[in-house]
Amino acid sequence: MTSATSAHSVVEPTATTRRFAGSLVVLYAIITMIPLVWIMLTAFKSPDDAISYPPKVLFKPSLEGFCNLFTTRSRQTPEFIRSLGPPQGMCDEIARSRNMVVAGPSNYVPRFVNSLIIAFGSTVLAVALGTLSAYGFSRFRVPLKDDLLFFILSTRMMPPIAVAIPIYLMYRTIGLSDTRLGMILLYTSVNVSLAVWLLKGFIDEIPREYEEAAMIDGYTRFQAFVKVVLPQATTGIAATAIFCLIFAWNEYAFAVLLTSGNAQTAPPFIPIIIGEGGQDWPAVAAGTTLFLIPIVVFTVLLRKHLLRGITFGAVRK
Amino acid sequence: MNELSASSRITYRAVMVRPGVTRRIRGLSDRALAWLFITPTIVLLLAINIFPLLWTIYLSFTNYRANRSNVPTIWLGADWYQSILTDPDIWAAMQVTAHFVIWTVVIETVLGFGLAYLIDKKFRGHGMWTTIILLPMMLSPAVVGNFWTFLYQPQIGLFNYVVAFFTGRAASSFQMLGDVTLSPWAIVIVDAWMWTPYVMLICLAGLRSIPDYIYEAAEVDRASKWRQFWSITLPMALPFIMLAVLFRGIENFKMFDMVNLLTGGGPGSTTEVASITLKRAAFESWRTGYSSAFAIILFVTVFGLANIYVKALNKVKSR
Repeated sequence: MTSATSAHSVVEPTATTRRFAGSLVVLYAIITMIPLVWIMLTAFKSPDDAISYPPKVLFKPSLEGFCNLFTTRSRQTPEFIRSLGPPQGMCDEIARSRNMVVAGPSNYVPRFVNSLIIAFGSTVLAVALGTLSAYGFSRFRVPLKDDLLFFILSTRMMPPIAVAIPIYLMYRTIGLSDTRLGMILLYTSVNVSLAVWLLKGFIDEIPREYEEAAMIDGYTRFQAFVKVVLPQATTGIAATAIFCLIFAWNEYAFAVLLTSGNAQTAPPFIPIIIGEGGQDWPAVAAGTTLFLIPIVVFTVLLRKHLLRGITFGAVRK
Repeated sequence: MNELSASSRITYRAVMVRPGVTRRIRGLSDRALAWLFITPTIVLLLAINIFPLLWTIYLSFTNYRANRSNVPTIWLGADWYQSILTDPDIWAAMQVTAHFVIWTVVIETVLGFGLAYLIDKKFRGHGMWTTIILLPMMLSPAVVGNFWTFLYQPQIGLFNYVVAFFTGRAASSFQMLGDVTLSPWAIVIVDAWMWTPYVMLICLAGLRSIPDYIYEAAEVDRASKWRQFWSITLPMALPFIMLAVLFRGIENFKMFDMVNLLTGGGPGSTTEVASITLKRAAFESWRTGYSSAFAIILFVTVFGLANIYVKALNKVKSR
């Protein structure tokens, strides 16, 4: 230990330790980022570059992956293509250079829209229900409170496939199979347990005196909840909402088993993007990249609350 | 907000004498409101989790098949349970699951704790690097599984290229997803890549919860760094490590999406974890009664293991 560091607290790591620890962590971070960066690079490769050996780090960027993601194409004879007018737009031009013509839009946009609707719908519902229950559990004496809270949590322990079997039968009977509403309700039921547990933690941290004071000033309990507690809990509600959004956005097992044409979301769709002769990797990579960008943004926004969210509020900073 | 509460706290003291009256006069009673707030959640969970669970239990005692709903349903008693518990295929799936769960949890805990320990040294920029490290765990496991199949391609995949570069073997000489001995490790690698940050984050909270004065006291007592690690750092972070192990263990016991996209259970059934066996029985061979029984067995297993583990966790915490 140098004299410079011993002047500080004895538990402060030395400069050398810090530098050593830092370089190891940075090394890990870089290695762990390679797969992600690679898939994003692949999105901008031409199909030939994407499957070249050795893998190409430097390549001529191409938007063919994105074109293939958003369109369906059909192979035509060169004579037929020559008989058509000038290509309409860039994608058509790329398709024609491969003896194909753009036949129409692909299903990616509708699947993406389904993902958005289902994720936002279930998040709004789960957070609304979760906020109410969390307040109820936080402030009132509810009989069997601990049992109810444990029951809410235990619904998360079921393997999704086990839940999917009866849900499949139930939705088939009541006509909810392959509907957005059905998926919204299902994701809400999964997310509500997280929402209750997280939000209870956040609301517990708001002093009761605030509402009690407001009630003395003439508010009813409900008004105090709306006008005093909710504004105080905004950060917690926002963090919870983002967690619910991410779950619903990422979910695959229910989506692949319970939806097909109508309400299918992006995660079951992306892996089945195929071109001629197997998977069209640039298109898959393009779809993956677009799908992951919102998550990257949300992760950065959420970094302060991540710990709480992933442990159901069991660990707070 | 604070002004309001400060001024009215004084009023509050003054009216303290009869709070019950003021409350009862205006609006709903607290008890009515409590139930009004909690009931919707409970109803939703009853409808979408508990009712289906009860239905699954009922189906597990019958010969029902979802693709032949006109065939009259026969009550079979515990036949399915008996045949599942004596079925070697099911035990093979459980072994695959155990291999997956144990190795992922071990690797993630060692790497995750190590990373947390290093990040806790608070080097410059540690906040930014932590956020970067956390990214994989936020992604969709299905999409992750899918793009790793690309990295694992024997001819063109980056993973094979990197391994070939460092070991000198030909990149096409091994198939991570097609080889019976390698594929169980292929899924472990992807899961470790994705979920090590999760364990890291929880361990980091554990390390940060240890107050400095304990280390200062140890320094005064001239305890070596090595000794401090084993007698202070590790025991005090243990409840957090165990919590991370609990969450990862449960999640990976249920693992479906990532493995389904990486290998689909193959080659053969070498990576067929329990959830994939369940999916095959329920949605491919449509043995609804049989798969319901298996689902119940899995649920009871997760639930039982989790309960035992939580008890151990509480014991460690209270120590």
